[in-house]
Order: sequence, then structure tokens, then C-alpha cells
Amino acid sequence: MSIPVWAQLVYLAAAVCFILALKGLSGPKTARTGNLIGAVAAVVACALPFFYADLDHVPLILAAVAVGTAGGVYGARTVQMTQMPQMVALFNGVGGGAAALVALIELHEIVELSSAPGHDVGWFTLLATAFTILVGSVSFAGSVVTFAKLQELMTARPVVFPGLPVVFGAALIGSVVLSVLLIREPTMWLGVVLGLLGLLVGLLLVLPVGGADVPFVISLLNAFTGLTVAAGGYVLSNTLLLVAGTLVGASGTFLTLLMANAMGRSVSNIMFGALKGGSTLGSGVASDRPVKSANAEDIAILLAYAERVIIVPGYGLAVAQAQHTLRELVDVLGERGIEVDYAIHPVAGRMPGHMNVLLAEAQVPYEQLKEMDDINGDFKNADVCLVVGANDVVNPAAKTTPGAPIYGMPILNADEAKQVIFMKRSMRPGFAGIENELLFEPTTTLFFGDAKESLGKLLNAVKAL
Amino acid sequence: MDEAVVWLTIFILSVFVGIEVISKVSSTLHTPLMSGANAIHGVILLGAIIVTGSTDNDLALAVGLVAIVLAAINMVGGFLVTDRMLQMFVRKKPAKQPVGEAGK
Repeated sequence: MSIPVWAQLVYLAAAVCFILALKGLSGPKTARTGNLIGAVAAVVACALPFFYADLDHVPLILAAVAVGTAGGVYGARTVQMTQMPQMVALFNGVGGGAAALVALIELHEIVELSSAPGHDVGWFTLLATAFTILVGSVSFAGSVVTFAKLQELMTARPVVFPGLPVVFGAALIGSVVLSVLLIREPTMWLGVVLGLLGLLVGLLLVLPVGGADVPFVISLLNAFTGLTVAAGGYVLSNTLLLVAGTLVGASGTFLTLLMANAMGRSVSNIMFGALKGGSTLGSGVASDRPVKSANAEDIAILLAYAERVIIVPGYGLAVAQAQHTLRELVDVLGERGIEVDYAIHPVAGRMPGHMNVLLAEAQVPYEQLKEMDDINGDFKNADVCLVVGANDVVNPAAKTTPGAPIYGMPILNADEAKQVIFMKRSMRPGFAGIENELLFEPTTTLFFGDAKESLGKLLNAVKAL
Repeated sequence: MDEAVVWLTIFILSVFVGIEVISKVSSTLHTPLMSGANAIHGVILLGAIIVTGSTDNDLALAVGLVAIVLAAINMVGGFLVTDRMLQMFVRKKPAKQPVGEAGK
């Protein structure tokens, strides 16, 4: 099927729009417009084949589009902002799954064509088909596991079993062998088995990754899906799919590396650390060393008579849905003339930038959100540092303990503040699973309880002063 | 095989554009950017529509319709959720900075 020139030009325009969309999305002022440009281009591009290609089954296709659209709208509208990372993972997974299915159908066409005499399909097309089936399935299964981990449908800790590296290696080798066989002699069942093997690879790839590193995996799988779509574009001879997929694949890979940098980790350490003997596995056991704890009234006094307070918010804050209460507390402190800022670690929350989204939702003024590099020098001037639901991002072990899994990760210098207040549910370690020495410092006071409840008590206590 | 070289050219150039275009992103925008890029690869919907519309095999048709549903979820949901995130960034900036910030 050849595509008419006018349609190809529209595809080209859409490809340019995708580039502009990514460009827009990387700046705060242009981000929303960028997203809109991308959306319009995508919709126009998808409508195009109805006008130039002689499509069958149009009513069924439109019905399927409507069902998918309804699903997407429902998911995007109802998701809580705290659960957004897993939603992105899920959207990414279904995209990868769709690409794999498209490639399977195309393989079916190829198999039929090659049985007719005189039709020879190029090996490169078959390679791209095999790639799309395999990597699309990997992305699908990987994203589903990611979703399950973040949604806490399964444990967020790394899942490792003794034979895992062997099974994983065998599955990888098996995929390569199947792909080669498929290129030599395309048959349908080879494609299906390849897809199933891809699901297994995706599962085994993500299982050993710890909860804290899962966002990174989302980004990586996002890049995978991009490349899958690009290969699918080659198979279907569609330039737009090739360009769009490649753009996402390349920028996604780059973004993944940026994230790894922000966490101070190498890619192989994140993906395979657990396999190398538990470097991402901490003890996970609460310590019984003595700590200093206090009640809401004592802490309210500490806060109310401080001059400078820095707040370090973490995912625990978001889980407890306590952003709004926190903002109220900060407003009350502000009315007392206390200077309050939020110190945002690059990987606070579940994804880089996730905490900014969550606090923005609670209408925290943008200018109170300070990035790590801007505020780290300021902790020593702070009378009180209030850590709410964060742990690993203020753990001095990142600077002092070379063997720690988070060693080398840039952290917030909360330990330099004159007083540190830790709001925690329990003594349980953070996601990295290691103990935080800061908890046992003489300047540290612990305030146990659910973040929302505790902040509520604190708010009332400060108001009562 | 000549045509494959043309495709390879497009591919390689797109790789460079993809990296270059987001190279200056601030860490604040990592999440929306990832989500937006995620939505863009939802354009596989286009591929799903084309293959489904040109098959005459019932099983392939069924698989194709599933692919369309999945791809539409990816594309529509992706763009909407990205917009929801970005809405929160943009909304309060002007509201909280009445004067003096205009020249910023």
C-alpha cells in the first residue's frame, strides 16, 4: 500500500510537531503548549489513514478507538497524583503491548505473502518485526510488574530467587535464537513464542529491582516502547512512526541516564544490583537503639520560636495525603514571621519532579520550593529542619558509608540544621532499606504517627500558642 | 536495500534530535516530560488502525482491535495525564506573584 504524497507531508508535519512537543515539554513555560501540540499532531496523524487508505472494518475500528479513549480518559482523570507514576507505567505498558500485537499481525501478512511465489521479504524487515514483538512484550510485562510494585499489589522489595540469573540468561539467549529462526523462516508460531518469551524477560528484568528504583525502570521501559514503535514504523513503512518512536527512544534513554545521575547510581547497579549479592537489599529490620521522641506540643514550640525552618518532604507525606495540612502549617508559621522553605530532593517522591507536582497540587507557592543545590548551603542557618515522610534523601550514609547502597547519592544536608524533627510512622528504614544515622543524633527529635494526623496535631498546637 | 539506508538515515538523525531537544530539561520537569514522551509513542495507534483495516483474517482482526484499544489508552490517557500534571505547575505562578515579578 503506497501512501499518497499529501498524506506523507501531513505525517512529516506531525513528526515536526512531536519534536516541538518534546522541546516544549522541557521548559516550564512552554510545557503545556508543547503537550498540546503533541496531542493535536497525534490525533491528526491517527485520523489520516481513514482518508487515504481503503480501510475495512471501519465501524469496528472506530468502536475500538472509542473504548480505548474512554479507558484513557477515565484513567487520566481519576488517578490520584500520588499514584501517577504507576499510571504512566501502565500507559507505557499498553503502548508496548499494542506495538507487539501490531507486529504479530504484520508477521501474519508476511507469512502469507512469502508463501506466494515471487515474494521475498527482506531480512531487515523480519528483524524489525522480531524486535517489535520481543521488546514490545518486554515493555508490557515489565510495566505491569512496575505497576504492581508501585500500587503495592506485590512487595516493593527486590524479588530474587537463586536461579534467576540463569533463567534470565536462558530467556535472553532463547529470544535471540528465536529471532534468528524467525528471520530465516518466518512462521506464526515462532512469533507467538517470541512474544511469550518477551513477557518472561520483562518479568525477570523488573522483579529484582527495588521499589525506590522503579521510577527509573519506568523511564527505561518508556524508551524501550519508543524503540519498539520505531521498529514497527519500519515494518509498516510509516515514517511518522519511525520518527516518533525514535524520538521517544532517544530522549527516553537520555532521561533515564539523567535520573540515574540524580540518584548517584549507575544503570547496571540499579538493574542488576540485587543479583550481584544484595547491594540494593538492606536489612529492612527496625533497630532498637534509643531515639529521642516528643509530642506535638513540644515540637510546636520548637517550630513556633524558630526563625528559619526548612521542610524536607518525602513520599510518606504524599501517601498520607498530608500536603494540604502541611501547607496550612507552613502558612501559620509564615504568619508568625518565620521564614519557611521546602527543600526538594531531585528524586523526592516516586519520580524525579514528582514532589513538585504533589506540592503544586496542594497550592504551595512555586517560589517556596527550593531545589537541592540552591538550598543545601542554607541548612546550617536553619533553626529547625522538619523531615516529613522522607528518609533516604537525608541519610548521611550517602556521604559517609562507602558500602551503603545509596553511597554517592547527593543528599540534602539536613544534618547541618540546629534541630532536626523527623516525622515518621515507625522506625522502619526507607526504600533503600538501610538505617539512617541521623535518627540517632542528639539534635534529632522523632515524632511518630501518620503524617496527616501528626501534622494536624502540630497545626492545632502551633495555633494554640 | 537502498531504501533501508534511507530509513537508517532517518533513524540516526532522529536519535540526535531526540537527545538534543530535551538536553536542557530541569529535574522539576522530568516526570511530565517522561509522561509526555510516553504519550507520543501512543501514536502506534496509527499503525494499529492501518494493520487492522487491511486484514481479512478474523483472528488478526480481533488481535488488531485489542491493539487499537491498548494504543488509544496509551495515547489519550498519556496526553491527558501530562496536561493534568502541567496544569498544577502553571496555575499558581501568576496568582502568587502579583507585582515585581513581571521582569523576571
